[in-house]
Amino acid sequence: MTSLPEPQPGGKKLGLVIDLDTCVGCHACAVNCKEWNTGGHHAPLPDHNPYGKEPHGVWFNRIHSYEAGCGSTSKTVNFPRSCLHCETPQCVTVCPTGASYKRAEDGIVLVNTDICIGCKLCSWACPYGAREFDEDQGVMKKCTLCIDRIYNEALPEAEREPACVATCPSRARHFGDFNDPDSKVSRLVAERGGVALMPELGYAPVNRYLPPRKATIPAKPLERQHGGSVNALLKMLDMVLSR
Amino acid sequence: MTPAGSVLLLTTLTGFGYGLIAWLGTLAGLGFLPAAPFFLPVCVAIGLGFSSAGLVASTLHLGHPERAWRAFSQWRSSWLSREGVAAMATFPPAVAFAGLWWLLGAGAVATRVAGVVAAVLAFVTVFCTSMIYASLKPIRQWHNPHTAPDYLIFAVFSGAVLLAALWAIWFGAAKGLAVAALVAALAALGAKLAYWRFIDTQKPLVSLASATGLLSFGTVQPLDRPHFTENYVLREMGYQIARKHAVKLRRIAAVLAFLLPALLALVASERVLPAVATTAATLSALVGLLVERWLFFAEATHVSTIYYGV
Repeated sequence: MTSLPEPQPGGKKLGLVIDLDTCVGCHACAVNCKEWNTGGHHAPLPDHNPYGKEPHGVWFNRIHSYEAGCGSTSKTVNFPRSCLHCETPQCVTVCPTGASYKRAEDGIVLVNTDICIGCKLCSWACPYGAREFDEDQGVMKKCTLCIDRIYNEALPEAEREPACVATCPSRARHFGDFNDPDSKVSRLVAERGGVALMPELGYAPVNRYLPPRKATIPAKPLERQHGGSVNALLKMLDMVLSR
Repeated sequence: MTPAGSVLLLTTLTGFGYGLIAWLGTLAGLGFLPAAPFFLPVCVAIGLGFSSAGLVASTLHLGHPERAWRAFSQWRSSWLSREGVAAMATFPPAVAFAGLWWLLGAGAVATRVAGVVAAVLAFVTVFCTSMIYASLKPIRQWHNPHTAPDYLIFAVFSGAVLLAALWAIWFGAAKGLAVAALVAALAALGAKLAYWRFIDTQKPLVSLASATGLLSFGTVQPLDRPHFTENYVLREMGYQIARKHAVKLRRIAAVLAFLLPALLALVASERVLPAVATTAATLSALVGLLVERWLFFAEATHVSTIYYGV
């Protein structure tokens, strides 16, 4: 069914928190995502001409870099972009076949590639560019929040998190339940002022981004104008040279 | 948005087909059609032929055309599904309308009722098609109050020129329908000009700062793209080839789709070569509306491309 499910009492709202302060833009999350998912739920993912002049294929995670602000206080911000598992995702409701759906129990948005007709309308309905069409199989594909990892009892419990989160070397990605006010993701959002992307479009994305910290460590003045702690020899030199 | 040929054919040809059915059903319901036994069944067949051609063309757009039947299932939430259901639902009353016309005659109540039902469903189909586009929030050139009325007006216009041509070929002069086609052409031109003025004055939906959650930093500029070749999002949503020719193409569309057909309808209404003039008007409208529909896609911008600084 492509109508959105009623929220279940006690249901989870699973998603990611991405820390734009600590993301170093290494693309490891994108690479591990591709690695896992080309053998996972949506396997295989197209990967054409990977070592040639014009490689192209399907990736669920793309890492942009932006300059935020301008002038001496501007920052380079690395920005991973993937499905936000929205609470009111239009990609689900526009689907004519029921292939695109949102799970009632945890809010994950998935595609059933066995019944997808490949009309691409869901990708037109997503303002975040999160869905990519698999030209080889003629169906739409997207981030699954690594549904085949997070519930996978064959994995040690510590590894039951999305591939992008597991691999991040700067711990900039966090996975958890936003319905639980005490979860790590809920606390991070509360403490760091986590934001939703394009909230004005009304898709109510679940994933949150933590803005880069603005605090700077005040630098010591290069010269001291007054005070006796400056070396007497330097003081004398300064007087001589200042003549 | 990339203009896919299959979708251009779908929306244009179904506009002609369902537009013609809507005219036939409405005029028959009002008792305005001549009681010639074969004229109406032939016209209905031509209308359903245009619609079928458009619907078949649309399946070429699919990654899995053999699964197309599944698209009838989600009419509760999806305008695409509703379009499919309405498109199919128009066929039985349209066929019944033609059959009853031939069997019971033009004046029979059953014939008229079937005609009106077919006309209503034809309008509903075109409305559902328009809402596929009008409901997509990330595309400002589609998600606005112009899209749905425009599709209906263009279908009324397409059906009017096609019916005027069929009438003129069958019966000779077609004064009333030629005037109807003329009025519809001018109304359609006005609607399109208003649409173009509207999208030219629209503001972008969001800023890059809002798209990245970096509003507190003020301005945000793209530095590095995630990949140095194109991906699906840029190919499908970032189509820019047409935009540099948009002004010329708009003129071509306005002339071929609306102005030339209006002029030819005026000629036909004065009983000068009515069959030739209305047939030429229909062909010109068909080509012009394909150009217009191409622009409808090519000029549409998708908000997701803002991440690429496009």
